[in-house]
Amino acid sequence: MDFRFTEEIESLRSIVRKFIREEVEPYAMEIEENDKIPEHIIEKSKELGLFGLSIPEEYGGLGLDMVGKCGVFEELGKTHNGYTTLIGAHNGIGTVGIVELGNEYQKQKYLPKMASGEWIGAYALTEPSAGSNAANLKTTAVRKGDKYIINGSKHFITNAIDAHVFTVMAVTDPSKGPKGITSFIVEKDFPGFIIGNVEKKMGLRGSHSAELFFENLEVPVENVLGEEGEGYVNALKILANGRAGLAARNLGSAEKLLELSLEYTSEREQFGKPIIEIQAVQHMLAEMSIQIETLRSLVYRVAWMTDQKMRIVKEAAIAKYYGSEVYNKVADLAVQIHGGMGYVQDYPIERYYRDARITKIYEGTSEIQKNIIASELKRQLNRNKVHS
Amino acid sequence: MNIYVLLKRTFDTEERITISGGRINEDGAEFIINPYDEYAVEEAIQVRDEHGGEVTVVTVGGEDAEKQLRTALAMGADKAVLINIEDDLDVTDQYTTAKIIATYLGDKEPDLILAGNVAIDNGTGQVGPRVADLLGIPYITTITDLKIDGDKVTVVKDVEGDEETIETTLPLLVTAQQGLNEPRYPSLPGIMKAKKKPLDELELDDLDLDEDDVEAKTKTIEVFLPPAKSAGKVLEGELDDQVKELVSLLHNEAKVI
Ligand SMILES: Cc1cc2nc3c(=O)[nH]c(=O)nc-3n(C[C@H](O)[C@H](O)[C@H](O)COP(=O)(O)OP(=O)(O)OC[C@H]3O[C@@H](n4cnc5c(N)ncnc54)[C@H](O)[C@@H]3O)c2cc1C
Ligand SMILES: Cc1cc2nc3c(=O)[nH]c(=O)nc-3n(C[C@H](O)[C@H](O)[C@H](O)COP(=O)(O)OP(=O)(O)OC[C@H]3O[C@@H](n4cnc5c(N)ncnc54)[C@H](O)[C@@H]3O)c2cc1C
Repeated sequence: MDFRFTEEIESLRSIVRKFIREEVEPYAMEIEENDKIPEHIIEKSKELGLFGLSIPEEYGGLGLDMVGKCGVFEELGKTHNGYTTLIGAHNGIGTVGIVELGNEYQKQKYLPKMASGEWIGAYALTEPSAGSNAANLKTTAVRKGDKYIINGSKHFITNAIDAHVFTVMAVTDPSKGPKGITSFIVEKDFPGFIIGNVEKKMGLRGSHSAELFFENLEVPVENVLGEEGEGYVNALKILANGRAGLAARNLGSAEKLLELSLEYTSEREQFGKPIIEIQAVQHMLAEMSIQIETLRSLVYRVAWMTDQKMRIVKEAAIAKYYGSEVYNKVADLAVQIHGGMGYVQDYPIERYYRDARITKIYEGTSEIQKNIIASELKRQLNRNKVHS
Repeated sequence: MNIYVLLKRTFDTEERITISGGRINEDGAEFIINPYDEYAVEEAIQVRDEHGGEVTVVTVGGEDAEKQLRTALAMGADKAVLINIEDDLDVTDQYTTAKIIATYLGDKEPDLILAGNVAIDNGTGQVGPRVADLLGIPYITTITDLKIDGDKVTVVKDVEGDEETIETTLPLLVTAQQGLNEPRYPSLPGIMKAKKKPLDELELDDLDLDEDDVEAKTKTIEVFLPPAKSAGKVLEGELDDQVKELVSLLHNEAKVI
C-alpha cells in the first residue's frame, strides 16, 4: 500500500495550488459581489490546461486517472466554489460522456476544443418532472431522416450560459420507459436551442444554472452518444464517474475552512488569550480535522478503486454522500468558531457555508445516495446467498 | 542558438526560517526555483522561440533539485542537467558552484547563458559573473531587457533604479533582474510532457573534477537570525513637539541624521 501521489501528480497539485493562490483567490470577493468570474481568470485557466483534466492526451488533454483528477480537484476546492463548479462540471459531467461513450468521430470533433476550453461542456438531464426520478423525462427525440427532432425543456443546467456542448438525455421510445431514453451531443448553435432563465441561487455565485428549451431542435444522427435506448444507463454512468470528483472538491473546501479557522483562532483573543487556547474551541478544530481525514481516506480509496476498474457503485455513493455531509458540518463549525465574523460577508466563511449546501442536492441527493447504497447492500446479500 | 540557464533550488519565499545545530532547518520546508532564476528560464524560452535553438537548465545540488528542474522543463526548457554533489561535497560556496558549472560548460560552446541576479537564500550574486569569468566571456548583471540581432546583443541594465543600455556580442552571460519578464506558469500538459524530456545526472567524476579542485574558498563561522524587531514608538502630544522629538530621536538615538 502506498498513500503518496506520484511525483507528476504532486507537481500538478503544487502548480494548481500556486495558481489558485495567486490568480483566483484574490478575486473571490469580486466573484461573489458581481456573480461573475472575471474573464482573465478563465483565460489563464485555459492556458494552464485546467479544462483538459479528464480528456485523454491524444485529444489534447491531460488524461489523468481518477486519483490524479481528484488530486487536482481537491486543490480547486480551496477557492470560490463558483469557479470550482465551472471547472469541475466541465471536467466531470460535461465531458465524461464523450470521453467514455463517444465514438472516434465524436471524440475528434469535440474533445480537442473542450480540452483547450474553447468549448465548455454541460450535462442536461434534470427536468421539472424528472429530478431524483430521472427516468421520468418528458423531452422527446423523434428521428426524421438523418436528424433527430428534439422537443421539451430542462432546468438547473450548470454552465448553460458558458457552454457550447451539452450532453442531453431525451426519450426516443416512450413505450420502453428507462430503456427508451437516448443521449445526444447538442451544440448551442443547433437550430431550435434556446437558453431560458438563469436561476437565482442561495450560493455558487459566478456559476450559472439555467433552463433550456428545445423547440424542434435539430440534431444530426451522428451526434447520438452511445447506443439508442441506453441514455438512462449512460446518464447514471456519467453521474457515478463524477461522484469521487465532487467528494474531492468538498474535501478541498473543508480543508480551506480548517486552515482559515486555525488562522482566526490563533489571532482572535477573548478572555485574555487567543481562543485556540480554549478547549471548547480546540475540540471544534479537532472535530473538523477528524472529518477531513476520514473523507480524505474515502475519496482516494474510491478514486484508486475506479482506476483499478473495480465495481464502485456503493463506494462512490458513500463518497458523494459523506463528502457533502463533511463539507456541511465543517462549514457549520467554521461559522461557529468565527463567532459573529462567521456570519458576515467581510469574511469568506458564510460564503462556504452557503455553497456547501448544494452538494447534498445536486448530482443525486443524499437520500438517493442512501437508496443506491442500500440497493448495493441487498445485491451483495443476494449474491452471498447464491454462493453459500 | 545554444542557450543555458543556471538554476538554483531555494526556500519558498513564504517559509519561516529557523536554525538548528548551526544550520538552517530544512525539515518540512517548501522549495521553489529561485525567483530570479525563473526570470532567466522565461527569457531563455522566449529567446529560443524567437531565434530557434535549445534551452538547457543546469543546477548544482542534490537529488531533491530534480523537482525544480522538472518544473523548468514543464515551463518549456528542452533539457536539464543535474550535477549531483550530494555524496562528494559537504561544504560548498560560490567558488565551488561556479567552478563546477564552468567546467561543465567548458566544451559546450554556449551562445547565451542566463542566470538569476541573486539567489534569495544566500544573496551573493556571484555565481553568474564567476562562471563568465572562468569561461572568458563578457557578462552583464541585473538586466531588464534583452534583444538579439544576429551576433549583436542590446541589453538594458538596471543600475540602482536607473537604466543603462549596453551593446555587446555573443557569447554572453546575463543575470536577470525583476522586471525582465513575467514568468509563465508551467502548463499542466507541460508537466506531463516534462517527464519525457531528458534529465541527465552527472557527478564530479564525470567532469574530471576532484573534491580539492572545487574546495570552498570561504568558511562559515556562524549562522544566526537577525534580531527580533522591537515594537515601534508612537509619538504623542502637540504636532510641533512631536516633530522636535522625532528629529532629536533620529539624531541621538537612531543616529541616522
Ligand atoms: C445549482 C444546481 C445545479 C444543478 N446542475 C445540474 C446539471 O448541471 N445538470 C442536471 O441535469 N441537473 C442539475 N441540477 C439538478 C439536480 O441534480 C436536482 O436538483 C437533484 O437531482 C434533485 O432533483 P429535484 O430538485 O427535482 O428534487 P426532487 O427529486 O423533487 O427531490 C425533493 C426531495 O425528495 C427526496 N426524494 C425524491 N425521491 C426520493 C426517493 N425515491 N427516495 C428518497 N428521497 C427522495 C429528495 O432527496 C429531496 O430531498 C442542478 C441543481 C441545482 C440546484
Ligand atoms: C447579525 C448579528 C447581530 C448581532 N446583534 C448584536 C446586538 O444587537 N447587540 C450586541 O451587543 N451584539 C450583537 N451581535 C454580537 C454577537 O452577540 C456576538 O457576535 C457573539 O456574542 C459572539 O461574539 P464574537 O462574535 O466576538 O465571537 P467570539 O467571542 O470571538 O467567539 C468565537 C468563538 O469562540 C468561542 N468562545 C469564546 N470564548 C469562549 C469560552 N470562554 N469558552 C468556550 N468557547 C468560547 C465562541 O463560542 C465562538 O465559537 C450580533 C452579531 C451578529 C453576527
